[in-house]
Amino acid sequence: MKTYTNTGNKDTRSGFGAGLTELGQTNENVVALCADLIGSLKMDDFKANHPERFFQVGIAEANMIGLAAGMTIGGKIPFTGTFANFSTGRVYDQIRQSVAYSDKNVKICASHAGLTLGEDGATHQILEDIGLMKMLPGMTVINTCDYNQTKAATIAIAKHHGPVYLRFGRPKVANFTPEDQNFEIGKAVKLTEGNDVTILATGHLVWEALEAAKTLNEKGISAEVINIHTIKPLDDKAIIDSVAKTGCVVTAEEHSVIGGLGESVARVLSQHQPTPQEFVGTKDTFGESGTADQLMEKYGLNANAIIKASELVTKRK
Amino acid sequence: MPNTQQLQDLTTQVRRDILRMVHKVNSGHPGGSLGCAEFLVALYQEIMDRKDTFDMDGIGEDLFFLSNGHISPVFYSVLARSGYFPVEELNTFRLINSRLQGHPTTHDGLPGVRIASGSLGQGFSVALGAAQTKKLNGDNHLVYSLHGDGELQEGQNWEGIMYAAGNNVDNIISTIDLNGQQIDGSTDTVLPMGSIRTKFEAFGWTVLDIEKGNDIDAILEGMAKAKALTGKGKPVCVLLHTVMGNGVDFMMYTHAWHGKAPNDEQLAEGLSQNAETLGDY
Ligand SMILES: Cc1ncc(C[n+]2csc(CCOP(=O)(O)OP(=O)(O)O)c2C)c(N)n1
Ligand SMILES: [Mg+2]
Repeated sequence: MKTYTNTGNKDTRSGFGAGLTELGQTNENVVALCADLIGSLKMDDFKANHPERFFQVGIAEANMIGLAAGMTIGGKIPFTGTFANFSTGRVYDQIRQSVAYSDKNVKICASHAGLTLGEDGATHQILEDIGLMKMLPGMTVINTCDYNQTKAATIAIAKHHGPVYLRFGRPKVANFTPEDQNFEIGKAVKLTEGNDVTILATGHLVWEALEAAKTLNEKGISAEVINIHTIKPLDDKAIIDSVAKTGCVVTAEEHSVIGGLGESVARVLSQHQPTPQEFVGTKDTFGESGTADQLMEKYGLNANAIIKASELVTKRK
Repeated sequence: MPNTQQLQDLTTQVRRDILRMVHKVNSGHPGGSLGCAEFLVALYQEIMDRKDTFDMDGIGEDLFFLSNGHISPVFYSVLARSGYFPVEELNTFRLINSRLQGHPTTHDGLPGVRIASGSLGQGFSVALGAAQTKKLNGDNHLVYSLHGDGELQEGQNWEGIMYAAGNNVDNIISTIDLNGQQIDGSTDTVLPMGSIRTKFEAFGWTVLDIEKGNDIDAILEGMAKAKALTGKGKPVCVLLHTVMGNGVDFMMYTHAWHGKAPNDEQLAEGLSQNAETLGDY
């Protein structure tokens, strides 16, 4: 089984910051906006290097989205930065009308997504944002898994014309994807070859899926782990091809099972390749305060949960 | 009725609670909490007319809404020390399975909390709704609310502020924690807001300043005046001039401690500046 090396824990939001710094140097049309969370979003470098292309809007996210939409008219490529909850739920209609329906080239960059935000608790831990964003026609939805991939995705979405939701997080997690990767929007990345179960994971759960695959392998279950960094457009073919071979699937995401990656996968499979599926995600609940690890354990979002789901689903074949 | 010294002693104890709570979990918001300690102590001990049954039906007593939910440490400490729940429970702040969430919530049934807050800018609307219900119920009690100054940058505030005067909601006293600071710096560097007084006045509110927002006597006097201004057809706004981080010298006059916990030495230093009065939890 192919294994991956963690080159050192890093936060995905720093990958975003590094990508934005690079974009600042390479693409003069890139502008950045932030709503009083520059440090949390790691936008300090961009601000320092390009003060004229950086816009502090204050604690006013709805205004930020509208400003960004307006800035696209005339050719700028705005990257907005705030926490995931304030990037989506807070400003849904602004995104819907001024960005998505108006087809504006805005990149909505969202940190502190999911439970791993930790101690701030449920008011800040959005677990519904993938669903909210994927339902908008024309919106691209990306949830990256580590520092390197977040940096690559940040750079890649500047070249893609159209609205994008880029979701990442707060904690330092394993960094294991190649530094020089070419990030292809909508193209799933197969990480391990396997015959018994397909594990489709996104975001922070990709590393957990790899950890789970190791244990499953020892137990005689060969798992095919695929990194679904783009939830929309979904790589239907990669998913169908894999489950045609394995005959069952586990989806894993730091998000509600209602409206997330799992439901997108179920939609594709029920139509083209009906397959037993188990869902790793939060079960119609809000989060709470706690450390990231405690919360991922309590809400069943780690390697152990993926192992259990895999064992269960292989028996349902 | 407690005298000023008793309120001062309670404030000192509340400061200790705040420091110890955020230190223990290495997270939370001490700056804004410390700046509002005198105000919340005075509000709960003296200013509000509260039922001693601590039931949460919201009827027949004054109500308080914390819109800037991140200053939960001061809110929890004052609630506990006013009898809403055991002070020992302050030990569970921000821990898993606790009722004392990072931001206040009704989700886990913590007495004293009437609505979730944390996502900024929603408290005016909620407090105004509760004030409307008081009128519908023929309940002559008041609604109090507290808001950050940076928080005022959210547009929803101004929808509520406009609604209040347009609908003569005169049974509300909304206080703004005017500490001049927010996360990324001073409010003037992040987004200059001009005169907040003029804005509220233009929106039809009666405005009064409490210049010494960290002085118990000044707060009591100012809030008594504010109370006297209710029931006259206009909503009442109090501009409370506070110092962020008040009472812990190295935390004062800066945004640096908005959302940062003290380390062991800093905790010891902060506590040494605020000797135990009523007893630590
Ligand atoms: C809608 C929303 N946007 C952003 C945040 C993140 N945030 C938490 S506190 C804060 C600054 C608040 O400033 P102020 O109201 O002045 O409070 P102070 O820092 O003085 O305590 C920000 C931006 C939030 N909690 N809610
Ligand atoms: Mg402030």
